[in-house]
Amino acid sequence: MKKTSTPVLPARGVAGNEPLLAVDNLHVEFATRQGAVKAVNGVSYALNPGETLAVLGESGSGKSVTAQAIMGILDMPPARIPRGEIRFKGTDLLRLPEDARSQIRGQRIAMIFQDALSALNPVFTVGSQIGEMFQVHRGTSRRDAHKKAIELMDRVRIPGARQRVNDYPHQFSGGMRQRIMIAMAIALDPEVLIADEPTTALDVTVQAQIMELLAELRRESDMGLILITHDLGVVADVADKIAVMYGGRIVENALVHDIYRAPAHPYAKGLLDSIPRVDQKGQELYAIKGMPPNLLDMPSGCSFHPRCPYRQDICVTEAPPLYEIGPTRNSACHYWREVLDGSHG
Amino acid sequence: MGRYIIRRLVQAIPVLLGATLLIYAIVFALPGDPVAALAGEKRLDPHIVDVLREQYHLNDPFLVQYWHYLTGLFRGDFGDTFAGVPVTDIMAGKFQVTINLAATALVMEAVIGAGLGLYAALRHGKAQDSMILGATLVLISVPTLVTGFMLQLLLGVKLKQAGIDLFPVAGVAEGLRSYLLPGFVLAGASIAYLTRLTRTSLMETLRADYIRTAVAKGLPRRRVVGRHALRNALIPLITFLGADLGTLMGGAVITEAIFNLPGIGQQLFTSVYLREQPVVVGIVTVLVLVYILANMVVDLLYAVLDPRIRYE
Ligand SMILES: Nc1ncnc2c1ncn2[C@@H]1O[C@H](COP(=O)(O)OP(=O)(O)O)[C@@H](O)[C@H]1O
Ligand code: SF4
Ligand SMILES: [Mg+2]
Repeated sequence: MKKTSTPVLPARGVAGNEPLLAVDNLHVEFATRQGAVKAVNGVSYALNPGETLAVLGESGSGKSVTAQAIMGILDMPPARIPRGEIRFKGTDLLRLPEDARSQIRGQRIAMIFQDALSALNPVFTVGSQIGEMFQVHRGTSRRDAHKKAIELMDRVRIPGARQRVNDYPHQFSGGMRQRIMIAMAIALDPEVLIADEPTTALDVTVQAQIMELLAELRRESDMGLILITHDLGVVADVADKIAVMYGGRIVENALVHDIYRAPAHPYAKGLLDSIPRVDQKGQELYAIKGMPPNLLDMPSGCSFHPRCPYRQDICVTEAPPLYEIGPTRNSACHYWREVLDGSHG
Repeated sequence: MGRYIIRRLVQAIPVLLGATLLIYAIVFALPGDPVAALAGEKRLDPHIVDVLREQYHLNDPFLVQYWHYLTGLFRGDFGDTFAGVPVTDIMAGKFQVTINLAATALVMEAVIGAGLGLYAALRHGKAQDSMILGATLVLISVPTLVTGFMLQLLLGVKLKQAGIDLFPVAGVAEGLRSYLLPGFVLAGASIAYLTRLTRTSLMETLRADYIRTAVAKGLPRRRVVGRHALRNALIPLITFLGADLGTLMGGAVITEAIFNLPGIGQQLFTSVYLREQPVVVGIVTVLVLVYILANMVVDLLYAVLDPRIRYE
């Protein structure tokens, strides 16, 4: 009889009642000279197989730190995870020993980054960087890994894959480089793919192509996709649900069509009002006033209160919990009803 | 690549000309008469003096003298000393000694410096790191003269007295062993600089985005560091080592004196004293050439290590 049960790795393909990936009340802080920077303060979201979850929020809201915590690639220290769970098919990754965790990283949960030029190693060919996944994790021979790399480059639609497999990252355009990142990430058929602002560094037409590619890859497999972005415009077409983050917290979780019809949090509403729309051409865009919160010195009560048009006295003293306002919906606002109603009207 | 090398060699010609002209002028301007210096205390027959001055073009104007020297140089003729010995003969043996010394120093610098630097970077913030940093400070701030005599005494003399004859104290009779101690003394400060450079370079590289990618790919730590970080971290070291080869050869004078090695440092000293223009200029010319070639090799190595750099 063991005293403490070591969590076991969930098998591939087996689907229980648990979501594919569930982040639950996650807290991450960084030790700095000025004190503990509370980058993530109780984030919860869930992802099911074949689903696309968009994570939205302005820069600094903790989207990337949450993703890095899921991947287990935070530098600890300075980072620390004082509370929370990250369950992959029911197994809490935070309680897994490192060798078990490394069986998941890159193989079953993979990630692509914003700037593909700096995220690819400049001194190795793209083929060797893709093929490395097979060589290291599958023990594939160098020659076979090379073939696999070409197949993957074909699969992410890089023209002339066979000719270009031995080229270096700097020889590709921005869009092609991001395709190479994607090829590397999907190499071992991960069950979860996290894309951290994959199109931010690209120009608009290329952005659309990369989004299309991601959506297609997700459709072809049963992969769950977490799409981190601060661009609400791209979300509507590809995402099933949305998690809106503010100051290291989730302020609203909702299905895409619900939140687009009527947001239930003033910050989410502000974000939606700031998307340029075809039917509102010429009108001035709405912009959320004020500054993002200082993570070293968070505002009391609701951290959004200094910027909130709905603020009441209670907001300054009492932090709102993440209210369950529907079967698939949460809002961290005392006045979600009013916001919801106001949105309808 | 081939065209690039040729272009670099052509570009080197004016540098070589300028350097030889400059050093020729400096030696020309030194006070004293080389023919008189040759004779030492004796007074020479004025007739012989005239013949010698004629033979070595000493009566010609400076630029004509230089021209004679230069045309000889392009025929591979470094001229003769006033005693009639070809300069090439003198230089050959001396350069062999200095090249051995500089090469030993360079290898030590690369191996010890890079090794310590990598180790410190991987242990950064820990006791080992602080110790290495402290040691490099000592190596940098203590002059070669002090480290030289100290090591000569401790590792050469004392160790030998204790019955362990590892490091010869002077001369080059023992082959490679003769060069170990002087090589280390010569490399001293360079080892320290390279250690620090390597440490900084690896630490910086480990913060790069592509290292985060490598970790996210699930690669084992030793592959992340040993393959993805190392290759990038080594690139700046190549420049440093290449530039240092020239410095090591030119800076060998003190080390050669301490360990009594018959290299170009010693020869240069003697020849300046004797106003032997051809020898001094010859040695400097070869040093400049070594410097230029080392820089070229560095640039080519760069292209091998970093595919973003291409020469056409
Ligand atoms: N290594 C670190 N040390 C200190 N603070 C950090 C570190 N990494 C991230 N942070 C802080 O965490 C906050 C959230 O960052 P991030 O998750 O990258 O935001 P984003 O939503 O733009 O992706 C930021 O304010 C950032 O300053
Ligand atoms: S709780 Fe108050 S301050 Fe916070 S979002 Fe809701 S209304 Fe605004
Ligand atoms: Mg980010």
